Amino acid sequence: MDIKYQKSKGLTDKPLSYCPGCTHGIIHKLVAESLEELGLLDRTVGVASVGCSVFSYEFFNCDMIQCPHGRAAAVATGIKRTHPDGIVFTYQGDGDLASIGIAETIHAANRGENITIIFVNNAVYGMTGGQMAPTSLIGQKTTTSPMGRDAHMHGNPIHIAEMFSQIDGVAYLERCSVFNLRQVRNAKAAIKKAFTYQKEGRGFTMVELLSTCPVNWGKTPQDALKWVEEDMTKVFPLKVFKDAGVETHE
Amino acid sequence: MANKVLMKGNEAIALAAVKGGVEAYFGYPITPQNEVSEYLSKYMFEQGRVFLQAESEVAAINMVYGAAASGKRVMTSSSSPGIALKQEGISYLAGSELPAVIVSVMRGGPGLGGIQPSQADYYQATRGGGNGDYHTIVFAPESIQETVDVMKEAFDVADYYRNPVMVLVDGLIGQMMEAVDFNRPVTKRFLPPKDWAAGGMNGHSGRNTICSLYLDPYELEAHNLKLQKKYQAAIQNETKFELVNMEDPDYVIVAYGTMARVVRSAIEILTKKKLNVGMIRPISVWPFPKAPFKAINRNCKGILVCEMSLGQMLDDVRIMNNGALPVGFFGRAGGIVPEPEEVVDAILHFEQRRVD
Ligand SMILES: Cc1ncc(C[n+]2csc(CCOP(=O)(O)OP(=O)(O)O)c2C)c(N)n1
Ligand code: SF4
Ligand SMILES: [Mg+2]
Repeated sequence: MDIKYQKSKGLTDKPLSYCPGCTHGIIHKLVAESLEELGLLDRTVGVASVGCSVFSYEFFNCDMIQCPHGRAAAVATGIKRTHPDGIVFTYQGDGDLASIGIAETIHAANRGENITIIFVNNAVYGMTGGQMAPTSLIGQKTTTSPMGRDAHMHGNPIHIAEMFSQIDGVAYLERCSVFNLRQVRNAKAAIKKAFTYQKEGRGFTMVELLSTCPVNWGKTPQDALKWVEEDMTKVFPLKVFKDAGVETHE
Repeated sequence: MANKVLMKGNEAIALAAVKGGVEAYFGYPITPQNEVSEYLSKYMFEQGRVFLQAESEVAAINMVYGAAASGKRVMTSSSSPGIALKQEGISYLAGSELPAVIVSVMRGGPGLGGIQPSQADYYQATRGGGNGDYHTIVFAPESIQETVDVMKEAFDVADYYRNPVMVLVDGLIGQMMEAVDFNRPVTKRFLPPKDWAAGGMNGHSGRNTICSLYLDPYELEAHNLKLQKKYQAAIQNETKFELVNMEDPDYVIVAYGTMARVVRSAIEILTKKKLNVGMIRPISVWPFPKAPFKAINRNCKGILVCEMSLGQMLDDVRIMNNGALPVGFFGRAGGIVPEPEEVVDAILHFEQRRVD
């Protein structure tokens, strides 16, 4: 029999623990396939952050280290500095990266740490049950912004990719999503490029991925994808923010 | 004497770490321990080892976590408010069973406090501010020589137990200079290879994961019991203390670190006054020594606890004494190193010092 599709060797056989319709799973698959296709699994160390993806240390088929909430970029720095030939990535949510861990992330970027950050932005604290995140949209109802996020009271959604594009140590930075097949393909190319740049020692690489949380958004999986496409991308435009491999003519 | 060099405490800590085989250092500036990182920033670079000034103590301890989890000998150093920020990381190190050495050079507190030498972080070191049922093994040396000896050994102890080890000194030990020999032998321990480390699958067979998460309460309890077994072994094997003049003392003083040096001078003065005073000097403050308290002569008139704080180790002495003898306390706070005469006076007026 002809094998048309196989699960990536970059994933273990452990069933994913994500809710139905959650796109964390698709992003896992893209990271795993990228590492496998680039032949990097053997020398990769992944850092699992605190959030719904905390169990990613059971899912990625490489050495994995689970770390304190927000500290993934610092933990990754400790690994990479002592294992310069290794490939080190973190997998972080928006609460983890953009709120409690923003200092560690900015400084890792500013030092040009040769690591890759997979930043999964679902505009909410998924794991703790749907509280407001720094990335929640204006008007978005969450368990801690029941009247909807209000700019005066809560501030505006934080634009991580835009902010980080100002940092010299960043070699590659793209915001992608996975709400349709084309976007999935594009996201995979971005992730692969980030790991390739890391392999080449070009510096800090990050791919921000707009992701769904149908459970905490109170939406069906289909509506959740639609919300990403129509609402989230308006606030968080999909684009390449920085690419050290491309000549810029300004 | 030929092997001795005159060195500042903080620099000696740094060099002892190098001799102890440290492969990576991460830290954030804070007085009175800056010379540790300043020294290492040059030395580690020259040796091709890793030195990095982190953006905060929180980041530094997590860099330590990453390096330890991927199998390297790693350390950080800081002082009181900085150690406060490292507590989460220390709990994670203990929970994930990772070896690392943390140097704490105490200054006065609470809050920003001051920068003079103090012992106000005994609770912080021995009780810890991190969450969960864990212990940090803590050595509290009294001289630069002992600090160097303890530093070199600390890495082996951390590796052996797969647990964080703290070297607890005060700003006086960090800042003063003494003659020190770096080549004194270290107790040989059997250290198994770090085949658990997650530094890439090309370094070992199979896939390694490091974590401290156990959602199933039975699994977590089993993990807690496993940690507890290690702590029991550490209590058995790592308890360290020195006894001074403990044959048949009228009074016993308990003191550690810089305070113990002051007490030594006080004991000399008291001997001239025909008072026989001994000292129990804990070198490991966790595990805290138990045996010497059991061995105190019953006609001893009391135990005086002396600290450069307002009474923290006092709790451990009370536990070990268990009501057997009267207990008194003398302490100065805020960064004041007491004069020996103050200790002499406290012994002469022991009844007024009673806290039992
Ligand atoms: C120090 C600390 N504070 C709070 C928490 C509780 N906590 C667990 S996950 C989480 C937020 C996760 O949200 P995010 O990073 O957006 O990931 P998601 O679950 O949405 O993928 C929080 C606050 C914690 N584990 N540790
Ligand atoms: S809570 Fe949200 S982010 Fe977490 S697994 Fe479920 S859908 Fe995904
Ligand atoms: Mg989130």
